[in-house]
Amino acid sequence: MLAEALLLGLGYNATLVTVGAALLGIAAGITGTFLFLRKRALVSDAISHSTLPGVGLAFILMVAFGGEGRNLIGLMAGSALSAWAGLLCLGWLVRNTRLAEDAAIGAVLSVFFGFGIVLLTVIQTMSSGRQAGLESFLLGSTTGMLWNDAVVIATGGALVLAVVALLHRPMTLVAFDPEYAAARGVDTHRIDLAMMGLVMAVTVIGLKIVGLILIVALLIIPPVAARFWSERAGTVALLAGAMGGIAGYVGAAVSATAPKLPTGPIIVLTAFALFAVSLFLAPSRGVLAALLRHLWFQRRVHLRQGLLALAQGQPIYERLTLRLLRRAGLVRSDGVATEAGRARAAKALRDEKRWEVVRRDLAHEAAAALYDGLRDIETVLTADQIAEIDRQIGPPTGVTA
Amino acid sequence: MSGSEFVPLSLTPMLIGLFAAVACALPGNYLVLRRQALIGDAISHVVLPGIVVAFLLTGMVATWPMMLGAAGAAVLAVALIEGVRRLGRIEPGAAMGVVFTSMFAAGVLLLEQSDTSSVHLDVEHALYGNLESLIWLDATGWASVIDPEALAGLPPELMRMAVTLVGVGLFIALFWRALKISTFDEGFARTLGIRTGVLGLGLVIVAAVAAVAAFDAVGSIIVIAMFICPPAAARLMTDRLERQIGWSVVFAALAAVLGYVLAGYGPLWLGGQDAVSAAGMIATVAGLILALAARFGPCRKRAGAPAV
Repeated sequence: MLAEALLLGLGYNATLVTVGAALLGIAAGITGTFLFLRKRALVSDAISHSTLPGVGLAFILMVAFGGEGRNLIGLMAGSALSAWAGLLCLGWLVRNTRLAEDAAIGAVLSVFFGFGIVLLTVIQTMSSGRQAGLESFLLGSTTGMLWNDAVVIATGGALVLAVVALLHRPMTLVAFDPEYAAARGVDTHRIDLAMMGLVMAVTVIGLKIVGLILIVALLIIPPVAARFWSERAGTVALLAGAMGGIAGYVGAAVSATAPKLPTGPIIVLTAFALFAVSLFLAPSRGVLAALLRHLWFQRRVHLRQGLLALAQGQPIYERLTLRLLRRAGLVRSDGVATEAGRARAAKALRDEKRWEVVRRDLAHEAAAALYDGLRDIETVLTADQIAEIDRQIGPPTGVTA
Repeated sequence: MSGSEFVPLSLTPMLIGLFAAVACALPGNYLVLRRQALIGDAISHVVLPGIVVAFLLTGMVATWPMMLGAAGAAVLAVALIEGVRRLGRIEPGAAMGVVFTSMFAAGVLLLEQSDTSSVHLDVEHALYGNLESLIWLDATGWASVIDPEALAGLPPELMRMAVTLVGVGLFIALFWRALKISTFDEGFARTLGIRTGVLGLGLVIVAAVAAVAAFDAVGSIIVIAMFICPPAAARLMTDRLERQIGWSVVFAALAAVLGYVLAGYGPLWLGGQDAVSAAGMIATVAGLILALAARFGPCRKRAGAPAV
């Protein structure tokens, strides 16, 4: 069943939804990356919630002019307009009052959403609105998706991606260093507005599939997950697009396999699974990698301290150190140093002595700054320099066993 | 309008809305000043999975398990946000976005999966509550307010909300000085021996409790709106914390009463027949108050350096 769903074998509607969700995920992931890099991820929350009054007003207007209230393009146009109004309110509050951006986001989000709910209850009391089903825009509803809806989503997604391709350089610049961007002559305010416009477009496109509450997840989670895998903005954006696409595709396919699996939440949870995998398994930024790095570092510190203790003839009581030394064949099980252990210990002590000289000598200032108690001196100084230092310390002395 | 109509139908919902609004606005003041305003947003989203899990575990729509479940979900969400932020070295906004949207999605999925057709538990209800239905059927008029027999029939949400409000007020009164210092100068508060981490967590928990209690009665829209709009508007009126809290209480109360009246009677004045969502209207009125404060408030401008 699942294999069939993933191969688009579950019929016309399921195929439409799956392809549409994948396209939406790609567009949302790539667009969301710039928002995330700009550190304004939650602005998308305000944008998405403020689409609701537009949906309601568009419905009321379309019915008032005798049209079909559920026309998707009309509803999308309305939601885009009201999201834009919300965005302008947000910008105005941040620029012209002392309120911080988070308070402004929360205010716009809750007020627009509340007003939208008022309009929804108004629509429920209209004679033509009883079965309007506008609530489906809250959480998305893919059951009645038509070919036209899929075309609208695909076209919208393609347009969004085209604009991102055009604007990705200035958007990256503004995200990382707005002052520098302004000095280069980039109109940062306008680029920010364009970025928000793109986010708004993704939100409007996503209303049908995942709904306005959960579209935020598609804009935030894939970029955050992709960020673990790369330090380059372009790569992160492409990865985020790929992850969003996978989440959309797999999520929609899974939700088509059983009746009680709503599309929007499944897509979001798939994206979250990708995030969790990235959080734990990504190289260098992942939790597992950090843990391994920490253990490796701990090993090195304990080994080094153990060797120094051996060299100075001090007894070692610490268990981990003893175990590490024993496993490396440097001490016997009764804690006495082996031949190799004595050699390594002498070398460690001598290196410590060499470092002491290096750190005392101002001529070696740059090298001395690299001292951290673990670094091998050979990686910092040349053989000639070490020989010169050895002349100052004198010849090696024996180690008391 | 006569008392015999007003008291049973409008008095209790209005009071519940009022208590909920004030209980959320009080901790909201600190959240706004600490730039944690969106914690309120996150809490109100994760309340849904908490309630659903509580329902699945107990199999019934009872108040206490649901309150516990929601409060547990709020604490879990705060812990997860902090965990994701630290483990992944992600900025707090994005960490919050990842956690609360995923938990909300999980809540919706659980709700769809479980058989809740027999009980009144759905996403719409969670979002906008049903303030209008909290009526006091035993009341016959103003005389009922002192009639113990009629008082016994008060909707339980009223008492619960009143107790929550008193609890929130007590927390703020007891920790007034510590909260104030740690909000404005965390480093200084630590040098005085105030445990700012614990206090911050306590504030979030109090906010969560207020949110959960209010959510039960009025839905999550009012919760977010009241956490942020009245304190934000009050912030634009004054530079003193005492007065800010005073203003926020006034604004919250005004929004609750005016919103309820407009929702219930506004459509009738305009010639309509049915009332509109009270929760939505209260949020809208709160927004209008904030808009007025942002336009005319005496302290609306930012002093000192511009925002980055």
